[in-house]
Amino acid sequence: MQPEEGVMQSRAQAMKALLELMSDQALIICNGFPSREAHKLCEREQNFYMIGSMGVAASIGLGLALAQPQKTVVVFDGDGNVLMGMGTLATIGALQPRNLIHVVFDNEVYGTTGNQPTYSRVVKLDHIAKSAGYVNVERVWEREDIIYEFKEMLGNTGPSFLLIKVNEQIEDADRVSIEPADMTKRFKTAVTP
Amino acid sequence: MIESDDFVKALQDIGFDFFTGVPDTILGGIIEVLGERRLYTPAVREDEAVAMAAGAFFGGKIPAVLMQNSGLGNALNVLMSLNLIYQIPSLLLVSWRGFEGKDAPEHLVMGQTMPQLLETIRIPHRTLSQETIIEDLKWAAQTFMAQRVPVALLLKKGIVKAVQP
Repeated sequence: MQPEEGVMQSRAQAMKALLELMSDQALIICNGFPSREAHKLCEREQNFYMIGSMGVAASIGLGLALAQPQKTVVVFDGDGNVLMGMGTLATIGALQPRNLIHVVFDNEVYGTTGNQPTYSRVVKLDHIAKSAGYVNVERVWEREDIIYEFKEMLGNTGPSFLLIKVNEQIEDADRVSIEPADMTKRFKTAVTP
Repeated sequence: MIESDDFVKALQDIGFDFFTGVPDTILGGIIEVLGERRLYTPAVREDEAVAMAAGAFFGGKIPAVLMQNSGLGNALNVLMSLNLIYQIPSLLLVSWRGFEGKDAPEHLVMGQTMPQLLETIRIPHRTLSQETIIEDLKWAAQTFMAQRVPVALLLKKGIVKAVQP
């Protein structure tokens, strides 16, 4: 049990705080409940909701950030996802995309599949991101810190890594109803000038 | 044998403008030329490369991913649950290690089964030959645009000049 757990937000609460600060940034949301929650909280055509391919949300965000260097790209990721695609932290650290903000909602479990524990309970993902070369790295759990640090990252040069410790609560949210092929068309149109 | 420079130029002429991947000796010469032209973004895994290419496609690029066929194994889930579901096209330049059983043991199973594997997951593919290379590239680009799926071009040893390791 973490001492900070008592004041932790749910992922949906933290996500809502971030979404309220966003304007025209592109947003890639990892598979599982994070995409369903984001879809329920704030549906926008600059959102790309993943339904499969666990572990590569940040890779998609990186590709977009490199292709559109003038566009700020935000990735909503999870601890299980980051652990699965950890090599991408090195790729991002090496390539230094200035316009990429990698947000990780860290609940220390595989929440979508029944709360099996992940290694993020003992392995500090923010330390790994720092070592990999992310420029701005913050670890937060209280609402006001989440808002403050994300605002800073929106205004600063990245790559940035915001680790938000959240509790295990899952928002009751349906599957994303948009057809994947339609989402590709919609997202591509929304994020290219 | 085709010069790597000519091969890259042919890819660029068709419109490919974002290249990522994981190296193989057969692809070494192509990657070297792409690097010199600042067109190549190295990835650490093939599934990461395919996903980066998808992100680049969203951003308006026409992407190509280079990999050894062993990396096709690493990339399978992303190809099946991202590209094929969301209809995100990509050119896959896959080196055919283990072709006709003439390679190190670790390449033999993939070398033997790769065409059937690609057919099973419904990825259109062609094997590049020196005589038909321009038509092969045109076919890949047309299939890419029309079907919005990943298209694989298989590259055997000795078709495009490789660098010596």
